Amino acid sequence: MQIVPEITRRSIENLVGNDKREDGRALDEYRDISIETNVISKAEGSARVKIGGTQVIVGIKPQLGSPFPDTPDLGVLMTNCEMLPMADPTFEPGPPSEDSIELARVVDRGIRESELVELDKLCVEEGKHVWMLFIDLHIIDNCGNLFDACELAVMAALKTTKLPVATIVDEEVVLSEDETFDLPINNELALCTFVKIGDKIVIDPTLSEESVASARLNVGVTKDGHICSMQKGGKEPLTKDDILFAVNLAVKKTKELIEHL
Amino acid sequence: MSDIIRDDGRKFDELRPIKIEAGVLERADGSAYLEVGGNKILVAVYGPRESYIRRLLEPNTGVIRCRYNMAPFSVDDRKRPGPDRRSSEISKITADALRPALMLENYPRSMIDIYIEVIEAEGGTRCAGITAASVALVDAGIPMKDIVVGCAAGKVYDEIVLDLSEKEDKEGQADVPIAMMPRTGEITLLQSDGDLTEEEFAKAIDLAMEGCRKVNEIQKEALMKKYSIE
Repeated sequence: MQIVPEITRRSIENLVGNDKREDGRALDEYRDISIETNVISKAEGSARVKIGGTQVIVGIKPQLGSPFPDTPDLGVLMTNCEMLPMADPTFEPGPPSEDSIELARVVDRGIRESELVELDKLCVEEGKHVWMLFIDLHIIDNCGNLFDACELAVMAALKTTKLPVATIVDEEVVLSEDETFDLPINNELALCTFVKIGDKIVIDPTLSEESVASARLNVGVTKDGHICSMQKGGKEPLTKDDILFAVNLAVKKTKELIEHL
Repeated sequence: MSDIIRDDGRKFDELRPIKIEAGVLERADGSAYLEVGGNKILVAVYGPRESYIRRLLEPNTGVIRCRYNMAPFSVDDRKRPGPDRRSSEISKITADALRPALMLENYPRSMIDIYIEVIEAEGGTRCAGITAASVALVDAGIPMKDIVVGCAAGKVYDEIVLDLSEKEDKEGQADVPIAMMPRTGEITLLQSDGDLTEEEFAKAIDLAMEGCRKVNEIQKEALMKKYSIE
């Protein structure tokens, strides 16, 4: 854990208290966002997303597997996140940290609960063979707000994912070598992350804003304005007003984010 | 010499297209991005910084910690995340390949971390990792005796060729990756697997060293580009 110098803490708190930020943005303004897709030719879907200096790469690999017993006709989604030690001097090599698992689960929750991937179309043979989509997030540069960058990257990669056509011949799965189909997607989604500094709510926090924030809130909203996932993080509580304010702003801001896709 | 044309249209002594960029990450002290053929490799360097891992701390010298890691999506069949025996070995020999160029005795109680991430793999990632890591070390401002550079030669269809692609590596008879310090010609990494006669081995090592010198020019260009004043 990095120690935050008192002078940094106070200067950020003072700025935010006066509705200003260290990089000159408004409290409800995102940093520059760039999205590139199909960046990994060996992955069936991939994207690289930058929000300011934050940079993540995601690759999607499908594998045939057995469905879960309670959903024999549905494909499977698995989201995994590696906070690479390259991304931040405080990230350590080794098994995923709590933070990394939380990040992967929050990103996964948005995709899963919005039901935007039509999992029923990923069934090859009911009860036996379904497509399992491995969504692997690689965090390569951490300058704050990994959540929103990851969700955008996953969304962009899902939209470009192509799977080989699978057919059953003599009870065996045969994959077509040249025929593919687009991963069926019926919605779009973005995640908006807020932190509370003093008594203000700030969107898209930088790393130093994250380090002085008392609490965090992630809100996942679909293109049609439905809230499909939320997570409160951080040491201190939020008030009901804070939360309602953030949700209201998230519904507006996710529309802007989705335009980047 | 041989005038064969390889599967991908290259001559026996021709490298795959290669591109190196220095200083691509914000947080890292030094970084580099390298593409050669279908390989995409990202390297970050942190340090020298105080060794916060007590068991690694050496009172009289600095230490380097190297981690070679393949992304799960970097290969055709998804690789399980985390270290395996192959990546552990490559991490070790990469550290050994780079160490001779560093002046670690100047950094007691410190460590230098080198993180090599294979974003996409297409044969020859260990050499590409070493080549990119050296550029990242220079970008981090760490004094070095030389820029270490890696390149492989091998035997494919009974011919000694430079810089094997993934396909050539699979179909070929031998692979000889090396790393060297081009100023002195000293070799800091050598592996060989497959079948070679003594003459073939001598030819392979000459070819690989020639390849290293070519790649070294591209390393220097990348650094010049990053640090030249317009």
